[in-house]
Amino acid sequence: MSSHAFFADSATMTRRSLRQTVRYPVMMISSLVVPIILFLLFAGVFSGSMKASVAAFAPGTSYVDYIVPGIVLMTVGYGSSTTALRVNSDMTSGIMARLRTMRITRTAVLTGHVIGAVIRTLIAISLVLCVAALSGLHTRADALAWLGLLGVISLLTIAITWLSVAIGLAANKPEGTSGFTLLVQVLPFISSAFVPIGSLSGALRWFARNEPFTPIIDTIRGLLLGMPIGHSGWVAVAWCSAMALGGYFWSRALFNRGPSR
Amino acid sequence: MTDPTEHPAAITVSGLRKAYGRHTVLDGVDLVVADGSILALLGPNGAGKTTVVNILSTLIAADGGTAVVGGHDVARDAEGVRGAIGVTGQFSAVDDLLTGRENLILMADLHHLGKKAGRARAAELLARFDLTEAAGKTAATYSGGMKRKLDLAMTLVGNPCVIFLDEPTTGLDPRSRRTMWATIRRLADDGVTILLTTQMLDEADELADRVAVLDDGRIVAQGRPAELKARVSGGHIELAFADLAALDAASRVLQVMARDDDALTLQVPGDGGVPALRALMRRLDDTSIEVRTLSVHSPDLDDVFFALTGRATTDLNRADRNRTDQNRTDQNHAADQDPTTTEQMEDAR
Repeated sequence: MSSHAFFADSATMTRRSLRQTVRYPVMMISSLVVPIILFLLFAGVFSGSMKASVAAFAPGTSYVDYIVPGIVLMTVGYGSSTTALRVNSDMTSGIMARLRTMRITRTAVLTGHVIGAVIRTLIAISLVLCVAALSGLHTRADALAWLGLLGVISLLTIAITWLSVAIGLAANKPEGTSGFTLLVQVLPFISSAFVPIGSLSGALRWFARNEPFTPIIDTIRGLLLGMPIGHSGWVAVAWCSAMALGGYFWSRALFNRGPSR
Repeated sequence: MTDPTEHPAAITVSGLRKAYGRHTVLDGVDLVVADGSILALLGPNGAGKTTVVNILSTLIAADGGTAVVGGHDVARDAEGVRGAIGVTGQFSAVDDLLTGRENLILMADLHHLGKKAGRARAAELLARFDLTEAAGKTAATYSGGMKRKLDLAMTLVGNPCVIFLDEPTTGLDPRSRRTMWATIRRLADDGVTILLTTQMLDEADELADRVAVLDDGRIVAQGRPAELKARVSGGHIELAFADLAALDAASRVLQVMARDDDALTLQVPGDGGVPALRALMRRLDDTSIEVRTLSVHSPDLDDVFFALTGRATTDLNRADRNRTDQNRTDQNHAADQDPTTTEQMEDAR
């Protein structure tokens, strides 16, 4: 198959994915509403009690500023659970089987899902950032930093989405994807997303320091608030690349495997 | 057997094997389907029909044997096979969130027909399958019969020369089933080669040029429906009884092909010849079993299956047939056939 066919087929499958979103927007809205509610809740409830520790972390930073990167991450996570469900429904409904008996570039089917999901998620993140801006987010990002943000967030979305595609393919029924969804939703809480790692104790602190989401959040935060990111940037890129490649190869292997029934 | 040199074969399968762990699903299947003909792969649930379709449509790899579809080897040239075939699986593979037309255009785009030609093809298929009116509605709003039609229309977008239909009418009401039969026949008239699987013997009888009977991973018989019927010495005799006691007593002394507790009937093999009938009556008289009515049936494929495998088609097949025949109106009947429903009803009490 030529690369031309790959691009044409990927574009076709992306159009389908976007059309599904337009036709059935409930899923995107619900994956957008939860992060926004969490954001407003955290900002409202904890901003007073967290003032001191956030100020100690970075002078001049408000709690709203502090938690926006974590909310961005959660938006990616909630969006990916939609993707896992979509892929799973294609798998169980026989659509994947149909596509696999057609002469199309194999990975174009999955690539379409991923591109559609990335577009959907980036739109959701823009909306979340708008809400954050209205709630008093004070960014110090220059043009270059915004470019970096777009890059890191896209890479993160691609990584989580490829993983969610694999989960969607692997699960026998929609409920099977919920474990992954839970993981993506809970891991940010044990990271630097909502409290500075220094304020965590013992095992939690060790875990938070070494889990993949911490360097990713630190990178987003650094770029957003105009702070140095140190080596977090490279660690974040490495984690995202590893997750993206792992998810891609896992998905490809699952896609080419025979139906279980 | 069809001579492949005389009629070019669209599908040639030899010695096909597939096992999952220690469970053998296909145990050396041989098939030849002549170009432009309909072959029905007939067998009960679990006989391996879907596995054959999955291997021939490149979804799964066989463990042994060879298969050539549309001139391409399934194992060595899967891409070539995919370019020649269309597959309609057991479950409607339509995108519920897209409209009927969008589903067809999706297929047209994946076949690289181009925007204008793709739209024209979609419109043509919508008209042909009587879906033009529903073309702008999402497939989620379609009835089961309409989804099947859309599914088949999607299969035809790329003008395949070989089509696989896995149980194309399972779950359809009698009217949709007849429409589907007419559609399949018309495809064959256009020169498309069709391999369909079915558990329903009347469907194979109705549609197929040739029937291959698959039982437990092996082809136990292959031939024209008439040839298969000729293999059976006769049809069967149906006996109706006044009550369950008589039915029970008779099933103990006779060789039973099928039993229907609701209709209080038994089917026993027999050609309806006078000596056979006399012998049957004598045996019933000896045990003082009262028969209400007796009718002689000319052979159909049910009898063929019984003659070939030594057992009746499974109860499930009969349940399916009855359900389609009676259009699911008789609720008690359905409850009797479905143990879970009965249990639930008892729980409710």
